[in-house]
Amino acid sequence: MASNIAMPGKRFVIGVPYVWLFVFFLLPFLILLYISFVDMGESINPFKPIWDPVTGILSLKYENYWTIFRDAEGGELFKTIYIEAYLRSIWYALLTAMLCLLFGYPFAYFIARSAPSVRPALLMMVMLPFWTSFLLRVYAWKGILADQGVLNQILMGLGIIGEPIQMLYTNVSMLVGMTYVYLPFMILPLYANLVKMDFRLLEAAYDLGTSPFKAFWLVTVPLSKAGIIAGFMLVFIPAVGEFVIPSLLGGPENIMIGRVVWDEMFTSNNWPRASALAVVMILLIIVPLAIYYHFTAEEK
Amino acid sequence: MAEAGTQTGYLVTEKLVKRFDEAVAVDEVSLSIGKGEIFALLGSSGCGKSTLLRMLAGFEKPTSGRILLGGQDVANMPPYDRPVNMMFQSYALFPHLNIWENVAFGLKREGLPKAEVQQRTDEMLALVQLTPYAQRKPHQLSGGQQQRVALARSLAKKPKLLLLDEPLGALDKKLREQTQFELVNIIEQVGVTVVMVTHDQEEAMTMASRIAIMSKGRVLQVGTPEEIYEHPRNKFVADFIGNVNLFAGKLTVDEPDRCATTTAIGEVHVGHGVSGTLNMPVSIAVRPEKIEISKARPEGVGFNLFQGKVKEIGYLGSYTTYILKASDGSKVRVTEANTSRQDLSDITWEDDVYFWWDDNAAVVLRD
Repeated sequence: MASNIAMPGKRFVIGVPYVWLFVFFLLPFLILLYISFVDMGESINPFKPIWDPVTGILSLKYENYWTIFRDAEGGELFKTIYIEAYLRSIWYALLTAMLCLLFGYPFAYFIARSAPSVRPALLMMVMLPFWTSFLLRVYAWKGILADQGVLNQILMGLGIIGEPIQMLYTNVSMLVGMTYVYLPFMILPLYANLVKMDFRLLEAAYDLGTSPFKAFWLVTVPLSKAGIIAGFMLVFIPAVGEFVIPSLLGGPENIMIGRVVWDEMFTSNNWPRASALAVVMILLIIVPLAIYYHFTAEEK
Repeated sequence: MAEAGTQTGYLVTEKLVKRFDEAVAVDEVSLSIGKGEIFALLGSSGCGKSTLLRMLAGFEKPTSGRILLGGQDVANMPPYDRPVNMMFQSYALFPHLNIWENVAFGLKREGLPKAEVQQRTDEMLALVQLTPYAQRKPHQLSGGQQQRVALARSLAKKPKLLLLDEPLGALDKKLREQTQFELVNIIEQVGVTVVMVTHDQEEAMTMASRIAIMSKGRVLQVGTPEEIYEHPRNKFVADFIGNVNLFAGKLTVDEPDRCATTTAIGEVHVGHGVSGTLNMPVSIAVRPEKIEISKARPEGVGFNLFQGKVKEIGYLGSYTTYILKASDGSKVRVTEANTSRQDLSDITWEDDVYFWWDDNAAVVLRD
């Protein structure tokens, strides 16, 4: 093509992100995939090579995957701690994304409708927590939610409760932490979408007999669909594999898949199974995403 | 031009005022508009015409004053309860809905039975000749088609009052002329009362039965396009509508059917009285197309005859504009229709010419 001859740098510029994605995403994934099909190692080596160095026989270990779906002793299909952890993680990630949407939408809407001169300041406030260490912020929640923490003290001081309620190390405290941490990831794409919206469309809706409340559902929400989906994905995907927040704020009985992978990796030292768990998790997220993109692409 | 409304009083604004902080956007506007009339608010940007329209739609609350529509005071009614619909300048079509859904939007909100919504929407699409496009999205339509969708949507609910905000502002010139007549035809078929806002005098004059000229929040003159063009009430109106030559002078003769003034280019006779006082300062306004021009001295012209030099010639196809320098140095604009190919073509730059006008061609404006 003529344009390529005229601009030899063009391919290079486009190539950079591809190289990046290859080196830092595809390659590690392929390594993970490789480990998930080999045997556990002995002593220092965390895993064995895929072919026997003595006999040269190639052996794929499907067991790493089978055990995710059925216990080694031959229990019922899909009744394993792994499947439970997956479902639990997806469920809480969904809840987190919903809560972020619920709290984030008014934020984003308010910022998008405020005067252009104050918008940068408001956006700054959304991003400000990133300037503090993530761990510190999660620990701060521990201080707030603990039995002798700030919230219990206030509630007891006001006489609303007689004795401390357990808030920390429950699913609620975990959801509070996750929602708090992921909220900006919902607000920012929603804001980017809402700020582009033509608010005269709302006037048109009022003019045609729609109350402000109904106009919001009939015009604003459908028009911000792309922002809602982007924010939802940005929260949901990392929340599924979230490890730190459930460990610090969550209850001991409800183990998330991130924790399971960690345990397999460092406690059982079973790298192949940890890898298989990670591969299944990626597939669980990528397949629905691919289906979604397939349908939205068709719509266009 | 549409026929003038025979009666007024269907839409009435009484001393309508809108203040934004300190600034007065609309200042005591009192209008009375007849049922079925097409009424235009004409003015340059910032004159308050859009604020007035937004108050009629219900998007702005008047600071004081009343808006009566069919005898009912609607000034404090929210837009979604008013029997008023608006066609927005940007059309404001819902991008996520197709054409049919856009037109049906208002009808569905009324909770009408499905069959009725269907019938009425189909009717509206047929009216604007967009039936084949019902399933398209707005962005798949041309500007002119989008404008017709916006019109159909604003007419679907059979509003008592239709508001048009710069209805042709987003179209290019050629399409605009064609659309003006189409729009008036459709509006007259439906028989709705219309208030439109525009900064384009041509648009106002072609479409409206009456025009209100606005400046700085006030209405300066209300009248038919002809009244406003031929009998402007003051210098602003005369200057705003079309081109005009203004000569400052003093009143020397004032009789019921004629008057005379002395101006810098000489004595000017005008065929109407002003019932003023002698020697009062006045302005004479003469439209460029009402001035005759010739190299030879015209016969039988006894007054309003002056001499000048041709400084600029602008050939515009259907007519030619001459800028003359009169004896006192003032500039006079003259336009002549090019009715035949040889007409006037002998006049060229720096020619000395005579120019004159009939005593009924000019109007006297009080300062």
